[in-house]
Amino acid sequence: MGVFSPGFEGKRRSDVPGLPPGQYLTESFPVLSAGATPRVPLDEWEFSISTESGARHRWSWQELMALPIEDVTTDIHCVTSWSKFGTGWRGVSLDTLFADVETTAEFSMAYSYGGYTTNVPLADLLDGRAWVAFEFDGAPLEAQHGGPARLLVPHLYFWKSAKWVHGLNLLTADEPGFWEQNGYHMRGDPFLEQRYW
Amino acid sequence: MPARVVSARRETSESRTIGLDIAGWPGHVAGQHVDVRLTAADGYTAVRSYSISSSAPSGCLEITVDRLDDGEVSPYLVEHLSAGDRIEIRGPSGGWFVWRPETDLVPAPRALQLIGGGSGIVPLMSMIRTHAETASVTPFRLLYSVRSPALALYREELLRLEQDDAALQIAWAYSRVTPDGWPVPAARLDRERTVAAAFPPSLGAEVYVCGASPFVESVTQWLVEAGHLADHIKTERYGG
Repeated sequence: MGVFSPGFEGKRRSDVPGLPPGQYLTESFPVLSAGATPRVPLDEWEFSISTESGARHRWSWQELMALPIEDVTTDIHCVTSWSKFGTGWRGVSLDTLFADVETTAEFSMAYSYGGYTTNVPLADLLDGRAWVAFEFDGAPLEAQHGGPARLLVPHLYFWKSAKWVHGLNLLTADEPGFWEQNGYHMRGDPFLEQRYW
Repeated sequence: MPARVVSARRETSESRTIGLDIAGWPGHVAGQHVDVRLTAADGYTAVRSYSISSSAPSGCLEITVDRLDDGEVSPYLVEHLSAGDRIEIRGPSGGWFVWRPETDLVPAPRALQLIGGGSGIVPLMSMIRTHAETASVTPFRLLYSVRSPALALYREELLRLEQDDAALQIAWAYSRVTPDGWPVPAARLDRERTVAAAFPPSLGAEVYVCGASPFVESVTQWLVEAGHLADHIKTERYGG
């Protein structure tokens, strides 16, 4: 602090209610990803949760669609400083997927088609705060935004909401995922500005 | 970290390269970026990320900023900031979209294919400059898609580097206006030209693609469909 830029006024005031520090509002939906966009046919798609004891729970696309589907309206916050308010999603709550999962693990590693990984504390995935989402703004989620399905953990920076999600490995100790190995924060709370290490 | 502006050099009508001096700057790896924070008189701050354009071995920190007309930070950096001003910098950041020259301990990849659209050239330029300054023998190819010669960043330097650096080849793709006497008309970069300009998939080159999001999406899809391994493609995107 203490460095001012004479003549700089700024356009987007950050005292907007609900906007985390250092973020600005956008109407568009920028894309941040590290490589080529994977294309996953629905008849090959699968989501699974593997526990620390080796138990594996799996869902095909049809099985996922047969579960209770929730409408979610939420703000999202990307570490590259944009936030988008009131985005509309449909998906299956992680609480539903975890209903029959027995675990004492406190951490998880989400992994994606295409090889992306990101670590998320289990507590951040439960209690109505995370979904496997497959619709955005009333339409099937586009591949470049993570379709057919992505993790949606909107209270953390959006890199935690793994695109093209394929499963969760439950872990008894925290491990860094892809961006976390490359300098991003292990938890990523936008309101605490946990961007980097 | 407080940074002092030591140089401000216009690149095109839309862009400027800003040299920064920071006490204790640790140096950077080609491809990395920094966060720039501006603070208004009332304490309001705005932060944006900009790629570093200077080479790694130079030890210098230069960013090249393209002005977005509806932008908040970039017009200030391109039009207002001047030598002697102070801004705040955090970084360098990024451990993924980076390239380190080969050493005795780190063998060279087979080849590097760089593909930049517009100001997506900036982090690639840091790699190209680093490649030239370290006399790296890793084969480099650049495909640079730009609207016109006048809007091409680093055009003269790239033309010169291509002469001087035996392991560098450059393909230019002009989408709106070509140089005089250019053999093909201006056209949006398409699948055919992209695949033809790139190393063949069989070579197993590492591919770096940087540009606006739709550009990166199209280019990477064409490369994968042409047989390039998705595992070998790294991307950096900006904008919606």
